[in-house]
Amino acid sequence: MDATILGFLLLDGLQNGVVYGLLALALVLVFTVTRVILVPIGELMMFAPLSLVWLQSGKLPGTLGLALVLGVLWALLERGRGRALPLLGGAGLFLLFLLARGVAPLAYLAALLLVVYLGVSTYRVFFQPMREATVLALLIMAVGLHVAYQGLGLVFFGPEQFRPEPLLPGEATVGLSWQGVLVLAFALASVLALYLFFRRALFGKALLAAAENRLGARLCGIRPEEAGMVAFAIASLMAALSGLLLAPLINAAYFMGFMLGLKGFVAAILGGLLSYPVAFLGALLVAFFESFTSFYASAYKDALAFLLLVPALFYQSLRAKGVEE
Amino acid sequence: MKRGLAAVLVLALGALAQAPLKVGVVVSATGPAASLGIPERNTFLLLQELLSRQGGVGGRKVEFVLLDDASDTTQAVRNTRKLVEEGVVAVIGTTTTPASLGMIPVVAEAKVPMISLAASKDIIYPVDAQRYWVFKTPQTEELMARAIVADMAARGVRTVGYIGFNDAYGEGWARFFEAEAKAKGIQVVASERYNRTDTSVTGQVLRILARRPEAVLIGASGTPAVLPQRTLKERGYAGLIYQTHGVANPDFLRVGGKDVEGTLLPAGPILVAEQLPGSFPSKRVALDYIQRYEAKYGIGSYSTFGAHAWDAWLILRPALERALRKADPEKDLAAFRAALRDEIEATRGLVATHGIFTFSKEDHLGLRFEDAAVMVQVEGGRWKLIRTFR
Repeated sequence: MDATILGFLLLDGLQNGVVYGLLALALVLVFTVTRVILVPIGELMMFAPLSLVWLQSGKLPGTLGLALVLGVLWALLERGRGRALPLLGGAGLFLLFLLARGVAPLAYLAALLLVVYLGVSTYRVFFQPMREATVLALLIMAVGLHVAYQGLGLVFFGPEQFRPEPLLPGEATVGLSWQGVLVLAFALASVLALYLFFRRALFGKALLAAAENRLGARLCGIRPEEAGMVAFAIASLMAALSGLLLAPLINAAYFMGFMLGLKGFVAAILGGLLSYPVAFLGALLVAFFESFTSFYASAYKDALAFLLLVPALFYQSLRAKGVEE
Repeated sequence: MKRGLAAVLVLALGALAQAPLKVGVVVSATGPAASLGIPERNTFLLLQELLSRQGGVGGRKVEFVLLDDASDTTQAVRNTRKLVEEGVVAVIGTTTTPASLGMIPVVAEAKVPMISLAASKDIIYPVDAQRYWVFKTPQTEELMARAIVADMAARGVRTVGYIGFNDAYGEGWARFFEAEAKAKGIQVVASERYNRTDTSVTGQVLRILARRPEAVLIGASGTPAVLPQRTLKERGYAGLIYQTHGVANPDFLRVGGKDVEGTLLPAGPILVAEQLPGSFPSKRVALDYIQRYEAKYGIGSYSTFGAHAWDAWLILRPALERALRKADPEKDLAAFRAALRDEIEATRGLVATHGIFTFSKEDHLGLRFEDAAVMVQVEGGRWKLIRTFR
């Protein structure tokens, strides 16, 4: 190991780490507000670049159908005027997709909005009706959705990988492409944006309040359902954006989501599913650890990365008070 | 004339009266191995169409009972049990090595002949009491590793780095390749692993580069095989890069683009069928398959994996005809299955898309290295034949 190799490994760890970090932040956000462990976040991430590839080659992706079906279910669950919103959104999305076929900038927007719409309707259709359920029941639902979405990903996009063109081609320095720089910049920007959102914006504060104490927040006029939708919207926006930015670097395929999501989950667990900064640092830790184990003992890389969970879980078990809400 | 017509009518009525011969097929049409399983499934759909037009085998209708195992061993075993209970005369499949290994005890217990479409040598070797019932059509890693080592030796390569899947595929290749390389005096200086879902292999590639090998072999299949190659190129590796026959599908070229330009790989001769010399024995059969497949599924849609399924039927069909003369599946299914097994083992010099099959009591693969492997290079986004071993 010399300085060059060390530098490469650190850069590699950083680039992966910020992606795990974004997923971890999204997981923490969704968990604190809705108590849902969003296992299918990896699938939401995967839908974005693959839908983009489909649009760029002039085809309508199957994910659009999925989103529209969920949108209709969403509308059926709503009463009165609430029905118009998902239907209008779905119609808008459909029109956007028709327009975006083969038009690159529109295709990015369409893929992004699709995943956000999908994320929000997933919450509305599957999680909101069971909002009083236990964390375990919500987790079972989340795992079920992960399996279903991954299977649908295979049906929609086939078994092979796809590689969209990078937004910024070329290399910034040795070992880091411009696209990689873009990923880092995006991570930094979203961390900053999340910070400002929670500290400065009234809506963000309301979200935090809903996360802190659901009943108290309700008494102050914050609807937990709305908070849940916003949390899902933000999480799926982050997932979609990181998926779109990442795909040119790592190739997108229907199976890409689970491992990324799982690593984000490990990071989020390191932060106890509560603390944003610790979750983000945990993600960097996981990624650096991974990049060094891949150099020294590549066959055991994943096992070692998940071994990081053991001390974190041990610590959590010592700290936990054993009472759920 | 009249008598001829009557005979045909009697035959046709007989065929109608008799229940069709059921051939069980298990493939991985979904799941991680789907890129291999889908062309296999398509091939059987094509065969079913051809057979219903031609009226079956030996005057008997043939029906493929096609099941998907979702690339999962448990599902494959369950499917096999189901097929055996349905009274199939033979089982073809499945796509992956682990699932095929799982099916062996089931067919051995029920005494049903099976032709696997998976790669590993462990499926048919050694031919013990259980493998007595099992045959297979794809080339083994051992056979293909020999082709790679022969090519490396011809190019004067002395040191090689290896990076492969962290599963049975990558391990099998590591084992056979290292053994073959050692025998030819080629040194394997690094042996790394990665997962097909990995998003970065920088660590592994840096370790390989630090050892400065003259060539690198990537033991992976499908589009996930692109990642190490791209990382090698990005880190400025200028040596030879070898892949295995697991990448011989159009998607690898599509995703790899210019990063996989110049890649060397061993392949079944069908991959470059139209470039083969006219004297190459399997050329005609291979072109016939490609033409039929592309007529149904589109130009450029064929892959070498579907051809393994075609070969399995090329072997089974004459064996079925011969077995029908020996036993009647209606009266005694067990005897017919046993007769069919013996007839498959009696296959000699059968020219198929991937080579010439000659089974024996000890050899249930039956492919000769010289006919079953060629070296191919990626050139201008196409496969180019660079060496045959005949």
